Order: sequence, then C-alpha cells, then structure tokens
Amino acid sequence: MTDHTANIVGEGGVGMGPAKPRAIKLDSSDIILQIISYVAVTAFALFCLLPFVLILSASLSSEASIMQSGFGIFPRDFSLTAYEYIFKAPRQLIGSYVVTITMTVCGTAIGLFIISMTGYALHRKDFPFRNHISFFIYFTTLFSAGLAPTFLWIARDLGLRGSYFAVFLQLLMTPWLIILMKNFMRTVPYEIVESGKVDGAGDFRIFAQLCLPMMKPALATIGLFLALSYWNEWYLSSLYLGSTVEFKPLQYHLYNIINTANALRNSVAGSNVSVTDLPSNSLKMASAIVAIGPILLLYPFIQKYFVTGLTVGAVKG
Amino acid sequence: MSKHEPSVRQKSVMRQLMDSKVLLLMCLPAIVFFIVFNYMPLPGVWIAFTNFNYRDGIFGSPFVGFRNFEFLIKSGQLWTLTRNTILYNLAFIVFGNILQIAIAIMLNEIRSTFFKKISQAAMFLPFFISAVLVGVIAFNLLNYDTGALNALIKETGGDPIKIYSTAGAWPLIIITVHLWQSTGYGSIVYFAAIMGIDRTLYEAAAIDGASAWQRIRYVTLPSLKPTFIILVLFSLGSIMHGNFGLFWNLIGNNASLFSTTDIIETSVYRMVLSQNNFTTSTAVGLYQSLFGFALVMTANWIVRRINKDYALF
Repeated sequence: MTDHTANIVGEGGVGMGPAKPRAIKLDSSDIILQIISYVAVTAFALFCLLPFVLILSASLSSEASIMQSGFGIFPRDFSLTAYEYIFKAPRQLIGSYVVTITMTVCGTAIGLFIISMTGYALHRKDFPFRNHISFFIYFTTLFSAGLAPTFLWIARDLGLRGSYFAVFLQLLMTPWLIILMKNFMRTVPYEIVESGKVDGAGDFRIFAQLCLPMMKPALATIGLFLALSYWNEWYLSSLYLGSTVEFKPLQYHLYNIINTANALRNSVAGSNVSVTDLPSNSLKMASAIVAIGPILLLYPFIQKYFVTGLTVGAVKG
Repeated sequence: MSKHEPSVRQKSVMRQLMDSKVLLLMCLPAIVFFIVFNYMPLPGVWIAFTNFNYRDGIFGSPFVGFRNFEFLIKSGQLWTLTRNTILYNLAFIVFGNILQIAIAIMLNEIRSTFFKKISQAAMFLPFFISAVLVGVIAFNLLNYDTGALNALIKETGGDPIKIYSTAGAWPLIIITVHLWQSTGYGSIVYFAAIMGIDRTLYEAAAIDGASAWQRIRYVTLPSLKPTFIILVLFSLGSIMHGNFGLFWNLIGNNASLFSTTDIIETSVYRMVLSQNNFTTSTAVGLYQSLFGFALVMTANWIVRRINKDYALF
C-alpha cells in the first residue's frame, strides 16, 4: 500500500502539527465526541502496545511460572534467567548483530547515495531521458517474474546462494523510494541548478554540493526506510542464506529460534544442553526483546521522519 | 519548464546523450540494479510452460504447453489461493479504511498536543517491527499451553482452545493482526487530509449551528471522499498480492489451517523452498503477475477518469 499512498496526500499534506484553533463554541455533541475520541484513541493505543508488554513481561518471568499459568501482562515470579542464558554464550547473537549492523549501515549509505543520485537526475527537467528511465524503473512494480524465476536466476545463475550479497544487494533500492526521492527534489528550486550551471559547475557537482545539503529531511526519511528494511530483513535470508552461513541476520536468527528447537539450543548453550532443560518460552521472548531493542530505543527520535515520508515529501505533481 | 532548454526536441539522440552523459551516469547504478534483479529473471517465466529440470535448464527442459496451469485449475488449488488472497485483501481494505478514517477523525478532535503525540507514537509502533516479531507475538498470545489468551480463559475457569488447529478462527486473527500493524501508519494519510480541509468550512458549519456529528457527516467525510476513493482503487489494483511476511509468520507450514489461510505468496514460497517445485510455482507466479497487471491498469484507468492528477501514469 505504501507505494500508492505516497501520491494521495496532495496539497493538504501539512504534517502532524496541531489543528488550528477553531472559533467554535462547544455544545453537548462536541463534548460527547471529545470524550468518545479520548476513550477510543486511548483504547486503540493500548491495544497497539499490549503485545510489546506481553513479550517483555514473559521475558522477565520464570519458566516455571510460565509453564504453570501461561503468559500474562505482568511478570509472574520475576526472573532474569532467560537473559542470563542469552548473555552467557553470546557468540551467535553478537555475530548476528554484527552482520545486521554492517548490512544496515553499508546498505543505507550506498542505497541512499544511488537513490538520491537517480532521484536528482530524474527530477532534472532538462534531462531528455527522464521519462524513459522513470518508466523503466516503475515498470518493475507492474510486472514481475515472480519468486521462482527470480530465485533461480539469483541463486543459480548469479551464484549468490549462501552469499550475504544476495540479501544485501536486493535491498539497496525500491522503485517507490526512488519516486519518493524524486518528489522530495521538488523542494529544491530549479534556480539553484541554474545558478550552478552559470558558475560552470558540472551536473554531479551541482547535485553533491548544492542540492544534497538542502535535502537533509529527504535523506533522513529515505535513509530510515532503508535502514528499517535492512534491520527487519528475514525473508531474503530464508531464501538465499538458509543454514549456509554461520551468522544469520538478526531477524532471521530470531525466526529460527522461534521455529526450531535446535536453533534455540545452539543460540544459547551449544549442543551439550538438552532442549528440555532450557527455559524455552522465556528464552524465545527474551530473544525477541533483544532483537527489537535498538528499534524501540531509537523509535522516539526516528518516528517523525516516517510521517514526513508519507506527507510532505509525497506531493504528487 | 522546458523553456530552459528550448531546443531539446531538435537535438539528435547522439547529441542528447553527450549533453546529459553525467546525468545518465548518475542513473546508471539504478538502471543496472533493475536490469540485474528485475528484468533478467523475466525470461524465466518460460518455466511455467515446461517440465523444468536443473540439468536441461530453463529453455532446454521439455515444453508442456499449458499443462501446469491445467493441473492447478483441475486440482482446485488456483481457485482456493485466488479466493483467499482476494478475500483477505478485501477485508483489509474495508476494515482498514474504516478504522483509519475513524482514528484520524478522533485524533483531530483531541486538543491536547501531548496526548495526540503520545497516542500516535503508540499506534505507529507496530509498523516498525519485523514480520518475525509478529509471529512471536501471535505465539505468545495464542499457543495452547502457555498462550496469554488461554491463560486468561483458564483463570476465569474456561477450557483452553486449540487455536493453532482451528482453521475457522484465523481469518479473524489475521485481519486483527493486520489492523493492529497498519492502522496507525495508514491513518496518517487521512489525518493529513483532514488537516488540509479548509477551516472556514468548519467555521461556517458552526455558525449554522451544526452539531459535532453533522460537522463530521457534512464537512469531514465528504472532504475525505477523494482520498478514500483513490486509496481504495489503488488497493484494489494490488488485490492479487498478499502480505507474505504476515501470513507466513502466523501460519507457516501448519497445513491444517491452509483451507482458510493459504494465499498465493505463501503457497509459492513453500513450493520453491521446501518442495523444489519450480514449474507449478512459476505458473502460479505468472498467473498472479498477469492478473495483477490487468487490475492495476484498470484501477489506474479509473483513477485517471476521476482525477488525472492522482493517476500513476
């Protein structure tokens, strides 16, 4: 859906600022509506938060209490055993973190560079091939070969099976992010480009030295979309990496912990511990908390850029 | 804007190439990317018409015409997958938009900026987590032995439910999870549209003595209509494409739930990854792509008729 919502906000996209004060005197229906609004919005917000609370509290409960009375909103019989297990033998986890952080940092930097260059060139009205190239990129969203031929091509013909590059490269850009960047470029007045030309700057210099510094909100927004897709990646890993690599990307590592008992055991203690001895329920939940942690910590600071991406930068024209 | 370069049309292609070589070079990495990862696999759809084997490759394998499609139709599989994919997407569109509009309208009524920011942040949070986490959450809530739902049922003296083997419960669960994950994000579009409504309309309504309900009914909702129509049309355009991560992490290989939960994406993924079945999966994928392509074109054509500015191309 994100592909298409980009164009819809239209001229009214003024971001998340508070509504302008209205000179309206309140009658009873206004008050009722306000009460309903506060109650319903609070209820839905709590509904959205509830699963996170459940996972956190389960990760802090003792395994015995979980086996006896199940997961709950509050930790029963508070215990840090699950986290102790994870940090006692953190090799796998650290390896996964290193893989994911490396991919996220490099992928975001390289992807952002390519996307902004492309978006800039496609935005230049005096670039005669802009429509052809735009359509060439956009067409990939209309018709695709599907999973099986793509998989065969990349895994067999390109020989990328078992290579981190199969994951890393495919996430570098999407048509939607390029279109979003192109739309963001509208905020740079064309006169900037012209003044650069008059001063004898080349096209790349105009881009790098004049336009990019004005594009910081766009770079932040698109960079965060990229970073999120690298951080949350598990799908391509499941297709192209499987069990061929020692250190799986973080979310795929979590996927295996949740879905296979052996992965859970190997992740914390090596094969010398029996699966039945492990606090497997609380361990799964603690692993989830460890995998989501950085997102939750950064969330307050990055959230607004995603809103920007949906509203300000996405005006169609 | 073409007045900056009035002679563009008259220049020869060679000349244009030379003049814009730097801009072309700047596009080159992206062009190479889409050639390698999106265009090169396209000839592979030929697999759908063959009895593919690794040794002979895509174009050396025996040609079987439409037999793969015949099998899919006769076995009823294609119908089940199409029905599930479309019905789920329809439910997502209908309930999703209603909930998003309701949340956006209510957010707009809230005066406290602090409260608005906090509640928006909370509703937006599920959008940030990976599909794997969604699977973990479902396990936490729904599993038979320790799930939070069954824990609650047991505490109140009821009998625990085997949710992971009750196919009938999953449409409700999947729709709820989808709404949980996407409503906060989706409501932003509507909220922005509400913020864009001309304030004088509300003032005029107030002077005419409109109640809060009348204000919503006669000012807000009609103003949201264009946004709503366009969003729905575009979602209809992608109605053949399911949210793979959501379905796979909730259901996975649990065959007892397939009748109500298997969609095109999950079925193709299973065929490729666990059965090495490239012929049937390519056939399903090609069917999905062609059907989807026709739908997007139709949706775009309709949007164009309504308002040219909103059309994709």
